[in-house]
Amino acid sequence: MKKFPGNAISGITLAMLSTIASHASAEDITFVSQGGAYQEAQTKAILEPAAKKLGLTLKQDSSPKAYPIIKTQVESGKVTWDVVDLPTGDCIRGVQEGLFEKLDMALIPNAAQLPAELKDDYSVGYISYSTVLAYRTDAFDEDSAPKTWADFWDTKKYPGQRSLRNLPRPTLEIALLADGVAADKLYPMDVERAFRKLEEIKPNIATWWTSGGQSAQLISDGEVDMIQAWNGRISAVQQAGAPVAFDYNQGILETNSLCVLKGTPHKEAAMKFVNEAIDAKLQAALPMIIDYGPLNPEAFKTGVIPDERAAKLPSSPQNLARQALLSAKWWASEEGVKAEERWLSFVQKK
Amino acid sequence: MTNAYLAKPLAEASGRSGPPSPDQAALAREERKEHASMLLLLAPALVMVAVLLILPLCWLTFQSVQSEEGFTLANYLRIFNEPIYWDTFALTFKISFLVTILSIIMGFPIAYAASRLQGFWANLVLICVILPFWTSVLVRSYAWLVLLQRRGLVNQTLIDMGIIDQPLNLMHNTTGTVIGTLHVMLPFMVLPLYAVMKKIPQDLLQASESLGAKPFYTFRRVFLPMAAPGIMAGSILVFVICLGFFITPELLGGGRTILVSMLVQRNVELYHAWGAASAVGLVLLLVVFLIFWGVNRFIPIERILGARS
Repeated sequence: MKKFPGNAISGITLAMLSTIASHASAEDITFVSQGGAYQEAQTKAILEPAAKKLGLTLKQDSSPKAYPIIKTQVESGKVTWDVVDLPTGDCIRGVQEGLFEKLDMALIPNAAQLPAELKDDYSVGYISYSTVLAYRTDAFDEDSAPKTWADFWDTKKYPGQRSLRNLPRPTLEIALLADGVAADKLYPMDVERAFRKLEEIKPNIATWWTSGGQSAQLISDGEVDMIQAWNGRISAVQQAGAPVAFDYNQGILETNSLCVLKGTPHKEAAMKFVNEAIDAKLQAALPMIIDYGPLNPEAFKTGVIPDERAAKLPSSPQNLARQALLSAKWWASEEGVKAEERWLSFVQKK
Repeated sequence: MTNAYLAKPLAEASGRSGPPSPDQAALAREERKEHASMLLLLAPALVMVAVLLILPLCWLTFQSVQSEEGFTLANYLRIFNEPIYWDTFALTFKISFLVTILSIIMGFPIAYAASRLQGFWANLVLICVILPFWTSVLVRSYAWLVLLQRRGLVNQTLIDMGIIDQPLNLMHNTTGTVIGTLHVMLPFMVLPLYAVMKKIPQDLLQASESLGAKPFYTFRRVFLPMAAPGIMAGSILVFVICLGFFITPELLGGGRTILVSMLVQRNVELYHAWGAASAVGLVLLLVVFLIFWGVNRFIPIERILGARS
């Protein structure tokens, strides 16, 4: 007698919970990115159209440092995020730490359009940006401007103030390119050689920048004459009217990828969503709003992106061929981690 | 026998002072009550210190000696073995020391003027000191960036006046860091100095002069010794705050002026090495304690902070 009501209540609760759960899995999906103008642009170009097509209710969250949150969610078993947009290095690290679901490629047929180096079993490439050599056009005219990293290192032929990023990634790659290593022969990286090359230019580096905003300020105020910077930052500086130019020659391409959190209750919907997010048409809409390159090469064949726009994007076929692809795998390896740790003492030492 | 006989009067004698008289008991009760109410009044502050300071410090200590394999001293060994940590601590102390000395040199005349001037002028000087104090450190550091950079106001003016041909390297180095930090730290020197100087009786200075002392002699033998606690208070404040300074060196140091606080930040942000960051933080804290202890041996801290004269 006494036992009966308790059982009934827990039975009802369970039934209620399961209806809520099944209800939610059919409709909701939470997408997480880095916020700001970047996430707004994605929402318009990709996320909302994708959710509409799949009949999902799209929820969004943003965090510039999503990785530790993902780790906490997965390890505590309280997973509220479904699909995350992360720097590819974080995806690789997350796979090592067991944070992501293996992708069911049957649900993601669009992934077949991506080249093999831009995807693996747990993540697919999403967008790209590039680290390029930018210079002041009031310090150099187009013919005498530094065009390669070897030029950047040549302080006699190209005098002027210089700035590099205060992180080894991708500054070590740049040093190797300056030393004559071919773009497709960068990995596994010769760290010794890269640091040796950096020692050469070190006395001529006016400042080592730490944030993207700082790099934009340095070149736009003329504090330096040439700089290693992200293409999006330089485009913004150009639009603001600063006499600055850049080219994708010897740029270092970096990517963000999409992953699905391990233990998400919306696994199938999440994978379908990933498929839509790398759809060529939706991908092609993104660079019309913001300076990131779509990673699905088919996006450039949709006719959405005009040729003059494609010429300014890091992932268009003509620019892709002139750049080196950063290996997030190498940086996630033990040698990569060691190289990062070595950086600080390199910068500080006179 | 003899002992027992003797013991009685002795016990009586001591008994007189032993059990307290009703008055004394009441007094003792009052005192206990007062202590209890004092403790009650202090309780919120004590709880705050415990929750916000002592507990986190215990957590930091725990983190710094914890690794996946259990107890470890690796984080501390690294600080002593790797030159980068030594260099960073050395640079941090160098810059803190330099800023402290410069803030004495620059802060003393300002505090002196403010304490000797009357009414409107005294207020004006103090407002000039306090106004930047209310402005965000970030804003002030960016303002220095506008002034000090290669095509900044200072270099441009000097070039226009024909004093220099090439712009001076005023920032992206230790110089920029010291200038920016000094600006932020100046009120921390001026305000305690001003408080102490204001309390120096004018009569003593007049007495010295009336006894035939020249102004500089009066200053050196009368004013300066009495202002010394203010200098000490200001120096300790400036030095200790400098040790943990972050924003200004990050913005004006050109990425190569790495201070202890930046080491902590990088350990966390780049390498997710909470243990290493905790260890660096604790070593810095320990160093600050050592400095306080050392200073306290010469001049008691209460006196420096003006609680006891």
